Amino acid sequence: MTIFNSYAENTLVFYQEKCIGCERCSEVCPHRVFSVHGPRASLQRPERCMECGACQKNCPTGAISVESGVGCAYAMIYSALTGRKEVTCGSDGCCGGQDESGDACSCNGSGQSAD
Amino acid sequence: MTEKELHERAKATDSCGCPPGECCPAIRHEERSGHSLPEDRCSCKGPNLGNSTHKEPDVGIHLQDRADIPSIPAITPVSGTLDSGDMIDHILARLGQNRTGQRVTPGLYSIGCPGPGSPVIVTANYSLSFDAVRSSLESMDAYILVLDTKGINVWCAAGKGTFGTEELVKRIRSTGLTSVVNHHRIILPQLGAPGVAAHEVHKATGFHVEYGPVRASDLPEFLRNRVATPAMREVTFDLWERAVLIPVELRSVALYSVIAAIALWFIGGWLPAGCFIAALLAGTVLFPVFLPYLPTTDFSTKGLVLGIIVAAPFAAIGFLTIGEGTPLWVGIAAVIAILFTLPAITAYLALNFTGCTPYTSRTGVRKEIYQYIPFMAGFAVTGVISAMLTGFTRYLGMW
Repeated sequence: MTIFNSYAENTLVFYQEKCIGCERCSEVCPHRVFSVHGPRASLQRPERCMECGACQKNCPTGAISVESGVGCAYAMIYSALTGRKEVTCGSDGCCGGQDESGDACSCNGSGQSAD
Repeated sequence: MTEKELHERAKATDSCGCPPGECCPAIRHEERSGHSLPEDRCSCKGPNLGNSTHKEPDVGIHLQDRADIPSIPAITPVSGTLDSGDMIDHILARLGQNRTGQRVTPGLYSIGCPGPGSPVIVTANYSLSFDAVRSSLESMDAYILVLDTKGINVWCAAGKGTFGTEELVKRIRSTGLTSVVNHHRIILPQLGAPGVAAHEVHKATGFHVEYGPVRASDLPEFLRNRVATPAMREVTFDLWERAVLIPVELRSVALYSVIAAIALWFIGGWLPAGCFIAALLAGTVLFPVFLPYLPTTDFSTKGLVLGIIVAAPFAAIGFLTIGEGTPLWVGIAAVIAILFTLPAITAYLALNFTGCTPYTSRTGVRKEIYQYIPFMAGFAVTGVISAMLTGFTRYLGMW
């Protein structure tokens, strides 16, 4: 269903011809977007990509391209209103604001603190 | 005792010379930084290997390298058991309190009785992350390498780059990890991957990066087989994981909501004040709880649906409690005010929840912002105008 679904498309691009089948991408992806059967990886569930950038960062041959960023409306609206560079978790105004102001962004509490 | 005997004994004991598992060989920082070998290195007070004047026997990497390395690796022993202080600390963290107190000093820690062959687990210096790791390793022998992520959890710090290649390489070097373990493997949390290029770490330090499971609780099983199952590799967002976020969500709106609710009470009585509180609670409490069950994929539309459900009874009460002789259009205006304003607030809060989830992409969130913010603003303006209309006309004595 594409109606009321803004998440069907994303910026993930996989250049399969550059892939050497090291399996790092399938190892680091938290949404099982990649699968490796045979000598090269393939996109199994590209629509599940959340653009965290882990696969791109860990691909030794540069076979993956994605505009990584934090999918946080709060951060994006905040940066739009203040005209500042888009904040990430831990920057001023978000989780990092805690350092001085005690303001809390819940990203530090999300499942991500698990490990 | 001859050199040979010492070697024989070392095989049967831990690196410090004590019976396996009976002591912690990690020598305290202050002891390790001294030049002489402390008499009682081991917490178990077990048999010691020679005295301070004796030439240090080649029994363990710690002892062996003491004389060779100018700055001896500082290893802090840490317990895998969380005490009541840690628990209070966790509760405060979940409430968004004492955020500056959630930092662990970066460096190398030991848990149990690790030797040169023990695994090295890397984590962030956010206390919740560190405690999750050490409590999951409670009955094991391992080293924990804590990176300086400015007190931010692994995933957020990786996205920002503080849990990154540079810091990892720096920390491997500054802790002298190569002299502590005899292998070249480090285990990173999988969610640290957005910040770390494994191949670059290998190139810079010789250490091979193994990505462990997403959740620290899966570490014992991972360490047994050194394989992460597909389930260990995937992030989840179950009811509990969503529910723990509620206190911080509530806290983020608490101050404004109290002020606005009091103001609304004075202006329009209990109904607008109640509607406002309901809208905030729907967006910060009900939304996280019912997230997977709300229709549509977009957070804004999910929030809108939830907002309408919550607004409906208020609208009904507003319509039915209108006094005798009040014109019908006043009732309709009140219903419009409630049915438009309340869902707009809830939808906005719902959209802001995207950053707390482990699956929304930036592309999608941006699309949502452009697509729905104008609608939310339209809804809110319509609702507020309706509310003001009823208020003004009443003030003017029209009903």
